[in-house]
Amino acid sequence: MNNRMNILYVITAVFLLVLPFVYESRTLLILLTQVFIFAIFAMSYDILLGYTGIVSFGHAMFFGIGAYTIGVFMKQFEPTIPYFLLAVLVTIVLTAIVSFVLGLLTLRLKSHFYAMLTLAFSGLFLVLAEKWRTVTYGNDGFTFRIPDLFKDRTDFYLICLVTMIVVFAILRRFTSSPLGRVLQAIRENEQRTESLGYSILHYKVIASVISGVMAGLAGLLYSMSLRFVNTSVFTMDITLDALLMTIIGGVGTLVGAIIGAGLIEFAHHWLTELAKVHWIFERWIIFFGIIYILAVMFFPMGIVGTLKKIKLNRTKKEEKKAEEKIAS
Amino acid sequence: MEPIIETKGLSISFGGHTAVDGVNISVPKNHFKSIIGPNGAGKTTFFNLLSGQLLPTKGQIFFRNKEITKMSPTERTCLGLGRSFQITNVFPNLTVLENVRLAVQSQAGTRFQMLAHYKKYRIFEEKAAEWLELVLLDNKKEIVARNLAHGEKRKLEIAMLLALNTEVLLLDEPTAGMSVEEVPAILDVIRKIKRGNDRTILLIEHKMDMIMDLSDSVMVLFNGKLLADGTPNEIMKNEIVQSAYLGGLYDVNSVKA
Ligand SMILES: Nc1ncnc2c1ncn2[C@@H]1O[C@H](COP(=O)(O)OP(=O)(O)OP(=O)(O)O)[C@@H](O)[C@H]1O
Ligand SMILES: [Mg+2]
Repeated sequence: MNNRMNILYVITAVFLLVLPFVYESRTLLILLTQVFIFAIFAMSYDILLGYTGIVSFGHAMFFGIGAYTIGVFMKQFEPTIPYFLLAVLVTIVLTAIVSFVLGLLTLRLKSHFYAMLTLAFSGLFLVLAEKWRTVTYGNDGFTFRIPDLFKDRTDFYLICLVTMIVVFAILRRFTSSPLGRVLQAIRENEQRTESLGYSILHYKVIASVISGVMAGLAGLLYSMSLRFVNTSVFTMDITLDALLMTIIGGVGTLVGAIIGAGLIEFAHHWLTELAKVHWIFERWIIFFGIIYILAVMFFPMGIVGTLKKIKLNRTKKEEKKAEEKIAS
Repeated sequence: MEPIIETKGLSISFGGHTAVDGVNISVPKNHFKSIIGPNGAGKTTFFNLLSGQLLPTKGQIFFRNKEITKMSPTERTCLGLGRSFQITNVFPNLTVLENVRLAVQSQAGTRFQMLAHYKKYRIFEEKAAEWLELVLLDNKKEIVARNLAHGEKRKLEIAMLLALNTEVLLLDEPTAGMSVEEVPAILDVIRKIKRGNDRTILLIEHKMDMIMDLSDSVMVLFNGKLLADGTPNEIMKNEIVQSAYLGGLYDVNSVKA
């Protein structure tokens, strides 16, 4: 079964890789690029929520750090590859430090402290982005140029796709490593994990750092795709997007996060189009609210989780039938 | 013989209620000690103090002559103090095999490996399967722990403790809730470990008759106090214990008087 899944992944990846060469649609390319970027972001959130059981209300903070870092480097210095690489490095270092400190401060406490502190800190970063006008140009943000390498939409599409595949592969390995398995044990039963001899604080901080760094990279790609950044990258909407994508796709499954990102981004796009027909569709957040409630009510395990369960039930039934046959 | 576990005036109060009250014990290496006492006597609370789930309000705990009173449960497990829980405490959404594998992995000291695939450590799964075989759960490996029957969960709980391979085993009513047919098999497992003669075992049990032949010594807790501590025979003959177990005795002092 695992092999069949891998084949499916490879087919999908190849399909997406050749797509820009056989089907020329600028809108679709840009939309898919957004999907890849948000898939990285949603996967990073899933490491916290789905794999370790940590709730964060301020994941936008890491996204925003990445988005602003690349913007500032490209604007204040030069839109060249060395500065791009420097921005990547600075994003990794900054997000790692912030997630490490936040994790260390709060993850030893009851779980809601992390949720609250991340919320407070992302608020702090939002204010910083608003007030530090000389660098951030306040609320309105600023446009910037990017290195030539990334200018072509098709090339950028491919870069984002490959990054997403690499992140997916890394996180899949990470979640099925001995350490990743302990994370899942923590999600299941913190106290028991502790009494098995694992010091849970270390594990939670590691999860927090990995998740934060990945989110930062997603944010970096995001503002590069727009060649523009403003304070919206630090808002609650971004965190809610990640939450929605992981929950709809299925928490604790990395593919779920990707599928969730695809669904939300496409739905977002279609609803914006429909807004031209009727104003009600402009209030797309209402629709997302409804989808969210329906998903939690009917698919609490998300799309991937529900599919897995159906499959499991089927194999179980088959086993039972086989047993009955043997018995008779 | 040099004690492996020692408590001095160990006490804990919840609000005004003192659940464990000035308990002094000293357990030699490779000793088998049973703890008995009526419901609410403080037996589980005493275990929680030894394993670090609770911190005492007074008193000290020593492990191999080293004070461990303030250590975390994690540190104590790594030192060699493992426990099982009276209220089943497993990972409900992981498979039976994975539950035990996590214990094996901890015992092997593979804690922060994040690059290799866990399947690479096949030996962990094999070890885990062996422990499951020992507690007669080897036909349930791939089942999610949540779907086990109550008695089976108890067996899983024991397998997880055994897999930790700690020098000291704290067993909190391991057979509670098991069907009558299952109990002898589990007692056999415990007997086997005892025969190995390289573990120190503390066992909480309600049913006195069941543990008398296993135990080197028995201690009786009553209202948080250590009522008696001696060989099984001494305890059987002890009048105070007899009356405590026969019921009607809720004030120890009145008997002494
Ligand atoms: N965390 C806690 N907070 C408050 N009271 C507690 C706590 N833990 C235990 N107690 C109280 O301490 C007393 C001893 O409880 P404990 O669970 O240790 O009894 P026990 O001897 O294990 O009983 P049983 O045979 O029923 O398992 C009880 O009165 C219980 O209500
Ligand atoms: Mg108890």
